[in-house]
Amino acid sequence: MTLVRAVRLIGVGVRTHVSYMSRSPLEITFAVLVPLVYATLAVYLFRAADDPDRLLTAAVGAGLMGIWSSVLFGSGGAVQNQRWLGTLETLVASPTPLSLVLLPITLATAVIGTYAMGATVLWGAVLFDVPLDFAHPLLFLAAVPVCVLSLGMMGLLLAATFVLLRNANALANPLDAPVWLLSGMLVPVTVLPDWTRPVSWALPTTWGSRAVHAATSGGAGAGEVLVPMGVALGLGALYALLAVLVLGRVERRARAAATLALA
Amino acid sequence: MLAIEAKNLRRTYTSRTGFLRPRRTETEAVRGITFEVACGELFGLLGPNGAGKTTTIKMLNTLLLPTSGTARVLGHDVASDPVAVRRRIGYVFGGDRGLYDRLSALDNLRYFAELYGVEPRDQKRRIGELLDLVGLAGREKERVEGYSRGMRQRLHIARGLLHRPDVLFLDEPSIGVDPVAARDLRRTVADLRAGGTTVLLTTHYMAEADELCDRIAVIAGGTIRALGTPDRLKSRVQERGILEIEAYGAGEEHLERIRGVSGVHGAAAEERGSRQAVIVQTERGADLHGQVLAALDGVRVGRVVTREPTLEDAYIAIVEEADALAPTDVPGPTDAPASTDASGSTEVAA
Repeated sequence: MTLVRAVRLIGVGVRTHVSYMSRSPLEITFAVLVPLVYATLAVYLFRAADDPDRLLTAAVGAGLMGIWSSVLFGSGGAVQNQRWLGTLETLVASPTPLSLVLLPITLATAVIGTYAMGATVLWGAVLFDVPLDFAHPLLFLAAVPVCVLSLGMMGLLLAATFVLLRNANALANPLDAPVWLLSGMLVPVTVLPDWTRPVSWALPTTWGSRAVHAATSGGAGAGEVLVPMGVALGLGALYALLAVLVLGRVERRARAAATLALA
Repeated sequence: MLAIEAKNLRRTYTSRTGFLRPRRTETEAVRGITFEVACGELFGLLGPNGAGKTTTIKMLNTLLLPTSGTARVLGHDVASDPVAVRRRIGYVFGGDRGLYDRLSALDNLRYFAELYGVEPRDQKRRIGELLDLVGLAGREKERVEGYSRGMRQRLHIARGLLHRPDVLFLDEPSIGVDPVAARDLRRTVADLRAGGTTVLLTTHYMAEADELCDRIAVIAGGTIRALGTPDRLKSRVQERGILEIEAYGAGEEHLERIRGVSGVHGAAAEERGSRQAVIVQTERGADLHGQVLAALDGVRVGRVVTREPTLEDAYIAIVEEADALAPTDVPGPTDAPASTDASGSTEVAA
């Protein structure tokens, strides 16, 4: 498969899955509602801590948590959803490599997560009068898609393991809070114990949220945004590469274990 | 070159139950089947539920790995060369699932056209052709969730044909569709075969198999019990006569009594709405009306008809023979200690 073909396939796939997911009012409501609760709690906490300068950071942080939750549950849920829809077998039976079948789905879940980012920022502005004074507005608009892309690629590795598991959501639940905590989405990783630092560094979510937060609150040059963006993309690509390597084996195991269909 | 070649194909499913005393249950769904399908042939795979038809198709279309044995599609090994197989095959299954129902038919076909490697410049034309072929032209922009079952089934067929497959696997495509839609479907399948596509069809509808298939394999209990042209299969019961009795409330005890009548080769009951059709296979020329009706004592009986055997009668005879053989025909356990039931399930301590 040529690069042009692969890019086109990813584009059509993302468009298809984003439209499919966007047409479920229930899913969109849940994707937006939980981050709004996080945003509300965060704004009250930051106000109580007499830290009003960081209210926008709280709203953006809650939005990042929404993107992560969407990727995490979306990647596990998407594969399970394909099983329920009966499309997983049709997708696997196509001549396209499984990684290129799943990547548009995980990217689409990250794109759906940006609804949460929009909602939390708007929620903060309308309800709590949080001023939308982004330090680097253009860099913020660049950092969010990069964060979405890197999380979508990370989601591919999650999806790779979820193909094998009929109840993938059981694995997704315990990964939700620890990852957003370790990634510094709401509170900086510096307040966590030192031993957690290597884990944080290994997560694309850490670098993605660092770039988004730096573009939001500023206090430093463009490099503070661009460098974490680059690291997030690099780590995301590494995760995606790992996923591609394991997916060949995962697919063969799924064919041996008969886990592609519901029954 | 053969289109499909299966040699001693086997597939065992393993499941675990229990936490403190885990048990591993092994079920042999397919137990060593061998058959060949020539290019351009329309081959039918018939059998009761759980016979192993879908498992066989899923091994051939690369979704399942055989536990042992080999299979080739157009010369490519299904286990070691799945991508080459997938480029040449289409897979269509029956039922409501397998489509993105919140999207339109057009969106579904565009996406699958990308996945199945249809050249971008050909996609619009090919999708248009297929919408015409399956009679969905003009409805392609509607969401699939508003489609009837027959329309969904036709969309499935269009999806399966996007990349012009050389071999098409149709797994019970007419399940749940109305008679008119089923007739259209048969016409589409016949046209595909006439166009040179090799088709492997599984179905429960004997008339469909009789009308369409060049050859049929009857599979029961995971093994092939009979293989041949529809006429050849029918000839297995040519020495028999068929007595069909309309009945209301015939139970297994009545059928057992009928089977005990001298000259009766088999008896089965089919539910047909509020009534039943009791189908009795007798020796040809034997007048067993009185004895069979006596065996149905206490059951309200309607019309009684004597007729020639059909493919369905041949199928029932083959499956009943297989059922009669089942207790002695089950392979032994693969691990010890173990117990094996008549369905082929083997339970062992995990």
